[in-house]
Amino acid sequence: MSSHNTATIQKEYTVFPFGPQHPVLPEPIQLRFTLDEEKIVDVVPQLGYVHRGIERAAELNDYKRNIYLCERVCGICNYIHGMTYCRVIEDLTDTEVPERAKYLRIIWQEMGRLQSHLLWLGLFADAIGFESLFMQIWRDREIILTLNEKTNGHRIHLSTNAIGGARKDIDASLAKEYRKDLELVREKIKVLEPVFYKDKSFRQLTEGKGILPKNQANFMGAVGPTIRGSGIPQDMRTLDPTCKALDFKPVVYESCDSYARTLVRFDEVFQSIELINKALDQMPDGPILNKNEKFPEGTTIVRTEQPRGELIYYVEGNGTNKLSRVKIRTPTGANIPSLVSMLIGHELPDIPVIVHSIDPCISCTERYVQVKKEAS
Amino acid sequence: MPEMLKEILKNLVSKPATVNYPFVKPEPLPATRGALSWDMDRCDQCQDCERVCPSMAIKVLPEEKRVEYQPFKCLFCFLCIDNCMQQAISNSTTLTAPGYEKRVEVFEIKKQ
Repeated sequence: MSSHNTATIQKEYTVFPFGPQHPVLPEPIQLRFTLDEEKIVDVVPQLGYVHRGIERAAELNDYKRNIYLCERVCGICNYIHGMTYCRVIEDLTDTEVPERAKYLRIIWQEMGRLQSHLLWLGLFADAIGFESLFMQIWRDREIILTLNEKTNGHRIHLSTNAIGGARKDIDASLAKEYRKDLELVREKIKVLEPVFYKDKSFRQLTEGKGILPKNQANFMGAVGPTIRGSGIPQDMRTLDPTCKALDFKPVVYESCDSYARTLVRFDEVFQSIELINKALDQMPDGPILNKNEKFPEGTTIVRTEQPRGELIYYVEGNGTNKLSRVKIRTPTGANIPSLVSMLIGHELPDIPVIVHSIDPCISCTERYVQVKKEAS
Repeated sequence: MPEMLKEILKNLVSKPATVNYPFVKPEPLPATRGALSWDMDRCDQCQDCERVCPSMAIKVLPEEKRVEYQPFKCLFCFLCIDNCMQQAISNSTTLTAPGYEKRVEVFEIKKQ
């Protein structure tokens, strides 16, 4: 007879390092998984592989040169980084932005969101092994990049930010091209609607994976499409009066999984096209730049909505041409705690889908944290 | 998937969406931000371009009557072009060529 006592059997866990170099990850982050067979029991994220010292560089630089430094925090959302920095300095120097520049900012901000979401949808399709969808989306994204080059001369880095407005204008002939090309993109992406909404294999790989319940999303401080996929309509564009004037309403899905987060981004592609078209229609004539040579003084916080979520810039000015503190919080930093809670309880093969579902952008989020020990 | 079949069949007979790069060069757009050059007949060595350059790629040396420009440091933001009072800086639409070393381009005022 075998006297089998389950209490004496010790469970053996496997520790599995995922990253920093992994085909799924575009940028280096290590997730150290503790596995029970194939089930994830614990995750420890480890950052610090691509620290670049941007915040310190911003303190040493002239405040006007920082626009271009801030644009380089993230390649994909470069315009919004530069725009947020300009808004912070405008706040500190009491500069009023001309009405037309506000609409131009909305247009370029949404162009950035469009290309970022299309990039992500392609990468996500690649992560689940849907190669043809990946190629098709990236081919359509090319139209938007060409449109960027026609306006600003660059495909990704627009470099059109200026403190007090914008450096470039969209004239009537260019606006016509914008409308025509965006309609083309809309038609091409519309063809893919049944793939995202109905395709069986796509749904099987994403539905029920990486569940982040509504209260958990709120508690973990998730931002952007991650929180909107959990049924909370949190979007920083609702705070922007110009966006409000264009009847902006955030896209929300209730199913709290990777599938919901995909659909939020997919729907936002159409919403961005609509916003650009509305902004082009309602854009008033007038100047685009209001120069102010005052030095920034005081402290302020500005929050804007990036493709990945809420972006916070905190700046301390001291009345000279250099700033005493620039603090940047990017959305991925805020989403990492939610990612950890999403992963626990899932199986090993689901990791790529769940990690990708928050749209990680690690290099933007790397910050140096100094913990000072109190002298006793 | 069946919705994409139409596109996939179309791709079988259509030309590739990409350009066969080293053999076929894409036409640059009129707005493309390419290589910079200084017209030294116009330049009055005021150092405005040096002052606004965010990546400090420009060095104006009024005593030696020349401008040193580092294309590998340049962001091609064109702030120097916007700020030049003499309109001495111009750009082409051809992108700067890659190189083995970070070269410095020198523009000098011709000695009479």
